[in-house]
Amino acid sequence: MFRFILTRLGLLIPTFIGVTLLAFLFIHLIPGDPIEVLAGERGLPPERHAALLRQLGLDRPMWEQYGLFFLNILRGDLGHSLVTREPVLGEFLTLFPATIELSLCALAFALVIGLPVGIMAAIKRGTVLDHTVMGVTLTGYSMPIFWWGLLLIIFFSGFLQWTPVSGRISFLYFVEPRTGFMLIDSLLSGQEGAFRSAVSHLILPAVVLGTIPLAVIARQTRSAMLEVLGEDYVRTAKAKGLHPRRVIGLHALRNALIPVVTVIGLQTGVLLAGAILTETIFSWPGVGKWLVDSIFRRDYPSVQGGLLLIATVVMIVNLIVDLLYGLINPRIRHAR
Amino acid sequence: MAAESQAERRLPRAPRAESAAKPPHPLRELWYYFAENKGAVVGLGVLLGLIAVAILAPVIEPHPPHEQYRDALLVPPAWEDGGSWRFVLGTDVIGRDMLARLIHGARFSLAIGFLVIVLSATAGIGLGLVAAFFPKWADAGIMRLMDVVLAIPSLLLALVVVAILGPGLFNAMFAVAVVYMPHFVRLTRAAAITELSKDYVTASRVAGAGLPRLMVITVLPNCMAPLIVQATLGFSSAVLDMAALGFLGMGAQPPTPEWGTMLADAREFILRAWWVVTFPGVAILVTVLAINLMGDGPRDALDPKLKRS
Repeated sequence: MFRFILTRLGLLIPTFIGVTLLAFLFIHLIPGDPIEVLAGERGLPPERHAALLRQLGLDRPMWEQYGLFFLNILRGDLGHSLVTREPVLGEFLTLFPATIELSLCALAFALVIGLPVGIMAAIKRGTVLDHTVMGVTLTGYSMPIFWWGLLLIIFFSGFLQWTPVSGRISFLYFVEPRTGFMLIDSLLSGQEGAFRSAVSHLILPAVVLGTIPLAVIARQTRSAMLEVLGEDYVRTAKAKGLHPRRVIGLHALRNALIPVVTVIGLQTGVLLAGAILTETIFSWPGVGKWLVDSIFRRDYPSVQGGLLLIATVVMIVNLIVDLLYGLINPRIRHAR
Repeated sequence: MAAESQAERRLPRAPRAESAAKPPHPLRELWYYFAENKGAVVGLGVLLGLIAVAILAPVIEPHPPHEQYRDALLVPPAWEDGGSWRFVLGTDVIGRDMLARLIHGARFSLAIGFLVIVLSATAGIGLGLVAAFFPKWADAGIMRLMDVVLAIPSLLLALVVVAILGPGLFNAMFAVAVVYMPHFVRLTRAAAITELSKDYVTASRVAGAGLPRLMVITVLPNCMAPLIVQATLGFSSAVLDMAALGFLGMGAQPPTPEWGTMLADAREFILRAWWVVTFPGVAILVTVLAINLMGDGPRDALDPKLKRS
């Protein structure tokens, strides 16, 4: 197992360096140099331009600049936002809990519905239920989620007036950010109705963001379950006269869930990409909306830092999933 | 190739009468397995319909897509109160006919999706072949680069590429093509490496085939099955991602009648005029769903392992 972890870590390091290189090149691939971007439309006198270049170390050779950039990353310094002048890492960390909260709730929604539905479809293979599940999940998988979000707003916020349109909590409440997770903070604040308000703000975005993972998880669970249900040991368990619920719930499900775990892990990237759209539609103050805003404001250090941090998050989650996979599936662990 | 060899192996077991029959034409066989999947046939039908609409757009459009009817702003669809059959699906905020814009949007979305996949597949297959045929350092370099691309969520990478190049239809297409490239590289490399150890490749090497011939003419055709499946899957994702970029204001720019861009324009009116929001989204969903439904067809038809099972 130790060897397995080491091999995976060994593969991660070149990828991380690659991502830093990409993030570094990003700034240099933008037409014009960073000083011109900073100066904006007013422009700068040439001598001031040269002085600034020297001050920021941009007149040094590229490899030296990259080395400095890499060292700064290791020290946790991702530069400063051009708009707010705040450190990029700090801004990211303030906003990231909102995205995590949204993504976790979306994933929970996808799991709570996707897993049972997938199992049911596999057990009732070929029935109307199975066909309905497959049809609905394919539709969910094909859904343009930015449009799906707008539709839900029209129906639930406009027509029924059940849920608010945007934000994380009603402006009537002031909630001190202690954990950064609005659900927890609103409970901790002790104000009546604050938690309710936070939940009502969260439901629609979580459903929108969870739609595609739900479809993927349900379909993957179904096919994994079908594969396992055809195995000899399941037939043996049935032949021994075990209750079908026990055969499916205990014997089949345990093995069927192994590939599903990987698929759930792969949803991290999907969730973070989806968060960009979902947060934009619902004005959810997370890193997705921040990135889109930063691109529009030409706040390149923020885009660069966000790119680097999100890629790192995806890589770390993928690593954890891989390790988990090795832990629950002995065939992988012993193969290496 | 693999399918044929499997068919040959099965022949001796078949009854005598069938051995005299000629094997069906490969395309006919392909269609036979494709048609087994009813959903795929429906998907193909819808997609062909959309392609027909896209090609015939200038002929069947009820109004020019950019024509603004100042006397008919935000007119609801014909069946609603206040709607008229002059504008079947209503008009948008500056009085342009929705139906005409949707019809022209089909041109953009389908052509864009197709071009993105052609671009992405060509580059990806090329790099994949290089990774499979060239020495270890080229292989490792290409594959690590693809790992980096895969570590970044697709839409984020596309956004960043657009941030570098500037918003616009062509830059967005390029960005999405980059995002989908790693899948083609990985599939091509894996398939090509499997083929490389086979006797027919050794034979053509011995016969003196040069590297380009070996790569493109000998090996590549036998790697096509998974690539075609990936291309159909990628096609639907590309249509979705391009619409998403359009929606975020990074893809096609107004007044282009691209579905995602139309949705972005309509966002302000979602609580006042449901039709300007609903129809472009339905168009995107139907297109993507049709492609995804159809995508299962080639998978069944091209994967010899799924056949006859």
